Amino acid sequence: MNASALLLRDQKTPPQITLSEGVLALKGDLLISTIESLDLRQSAGDTIDLSGVGQFDTAAAWAVVTLERRLQRAGVSPVITGANASQLDMISTLRQNMPEGDAPKLPRLTIVDRLENIGRATVSAMQTALSMVAFLGRVVATIVGLILRPTRIRGTAIVHHMQQVGLSAVPIVALMAFLIGVVLAFQGAAQLRQFGAEVFVVDLIAISILRELGILLTAIIVAGRSGSAFTAAIGAMKMREEIDAMRTLGIDPIEVLVAPRVIALIVMLPVLGVIANFAGLFGGMVMSWIELGVAPGVFQARLLSNTDVWHFGVGMIKAPFFALIIGIVGCFEGMQVGGDTESLGRLTSTSVVVTIFLVITADAMFSIFFSIVGV
Amino acid sequence: MAEPPIISVRGLVTRFGNHTIHDGLDLDVRKGEIIGIVGGSGTGKSVLLRAVVGLLKPAAGQITVFGENVRDTGVADYRRLRRRWGVMFQDGALFSSLSVQQNVEAPMREQLDLSPQTRAALAAIKVRMVGLPENALQKMPSELSGGMRKRAGFARAIALDPEIVFLDEPTAGLDPIGAAEFDALTAQLRRTLGLTVFLVTHDLDTLHAICDRIAVLAEGRVLATGTMAQMLEVDHPWVQAYFKGPRARAALIQKEAS
Repeated sequence: MNASALLLRDQKTPPQITLSEGVLALKGDLLISTIESLDLRQSAGDTIDLSGVGQFDTAAAWAVVTLERRLQRAGVSPVITGANASQLDMISTLRQNMPEGDAPKLPRLTIVDRLENIGRATVSAMQTALSMVAFLGRVVATIVGLILRPTRIRGTAIVHHMQQVGLSAVPIVALMAFLIGVVLAFQGAAQLRQFGAEVFVVDLIAISILRELGILLTAIIVAGRSGSAFTAAIGAMKMREEIDAMRTLGIDPIEVLVAPRVIALIVMLPVLGVIANFAGLFGGMVMSWIELGVAPGVFQARLLSNTDVWHFGVGMIKAPFFALIIGIVGCFEGMQVGGDTESLGRLTSTSVVVTIFLVITADAMFSIFFSIVGV
Repeated sequence: MAEPPIISVRGLVTRFGNHTIHDGLDLDVRKGEIIGIVGGSGTGKSVLLRAVVGLLKPAAGQITVFGENVRDTGVADYRRLRRRWGVMFQDGALFSSLSVQQNVEAPMREQLDLSPQTRAALAAIKVRMVGLPENALQKMPSELSGGMRKRAGFARAIALDPEIVFLDEPTAGLDPIGAAEFDALTAQLRRTLGLTVFLVTHDLDTLHAICDRIAVLAEGRVLATGTMAQMLEVDHPWVQAYFKGPRARAALIQKEAS
């Protein structure tokens, strides 16, 4: 091919196939981009003539071999004529490499397959739950071990993670709680005003924020922020074989990677919860003042006299448990990451969904528990 | 030798920040040859490859492929140009969310309007041509060994019957048997498909076995080009150390024995 032909390769003659006196003549440029216009459903002819062919690539050779096999099935063994050496070479390469018959089809799913898939998914979900519990046990054992031998505690790592999960989350948590307080006051006011019981908005806000919403929404935000970050960070280390490297060096990844994260969360989530409580109450107070004319002084007095301290206690008791759930699930899913990038993304989103689900489930269980013990 | 080079690089300068990688690099690649690009770590072999295929904007210089400028072409022209070459990155760079078959079909799907049956048939052929078993078609990249990933990456690179293939360290990380097989595969496909192969490598055995010419990158430019025999004559400490070191001698002995 000379230089001008090199540049003019884009100008193609469309391929044609003609049948006359038993000779199937192929003409034009047979290329992967043009091959589909060729009608390969020929059933007559005993010779395939390539003398009129211009450009020729593997797709063209595929077409020739397909044609040849089709004719063979019709009972004739066609002769290929007019092909040059490189075309024949390509055709024989294709003959060796082309699977017999049509492209393999994926088997269709039967009802038995579907049932089997459900069964397998159930078993694997239960296995995952079991190994997550085992992971929880190992982490708790490691943390207890660290408490017994405090010199092994990685102070720098813990402080670093406390900053990441705690301090950096303060603005978003405070803003979220403030807005929740505003919304509660606004919605509560509309209802309570009908009974002239505006002042009860204080109780409404205090109980719902201190008992439930403050800590629950904080936990959900931290799960989305830090739980996913844990999964992604540990998962990336798993993918790059850093975790295996640690194990060969005798470093326990749970002690180095998981424990500092979980400890940081257990310390910081209650703190974030308190901040959320304050911000929520402040938001409620501002809105009560604007919307209902409940002065801040009245709000404060009512808050102190009518709200049992146990409402605050109930919320705070839940915080370390939520922290444990977020930390364990985030780190556990990170450890599950395999060799491919897709599993990293999939497990990061799984981590957030599972964490939020478990946090809400735990919250529901705490509600039942506290109602039984009567606080 | 009236035929113009298929790839021509003139006065290439690439910089990362203050760090100059190439400083006035010239290189010609002839049609139908296998050219091996060698050089120490950090001399910009892979960077050169990336510049030639247009992934990287050089600070200065001109790169033409098939007589067309790679950088200053319109979107449509670049797309047309890109169809005429295939690139195999280190470790295959397969799309991890797609099966091998879908990976090989990906360029056909993007560039051409083929029916699914034709695509599947052509993909199956390409996968067989690079020496993968047929059951590899439905596998995901994470289920393949390193050598198989490279082969699948090669199958994707030749999916559209390109005229040039760029191979980035094709034999790195393969065992000697796998590496020799990959060399044989490259040579065989060059013969059947009439490819021009632009090969970035460290592997002296590959250079001995299949490369027609070798270009040595050092000091920001191409220090020497020529056949293996000519390389041994080059009077430059790095070239001497590279081609006459203990590993080079072992490769040479192996070549003579075979």
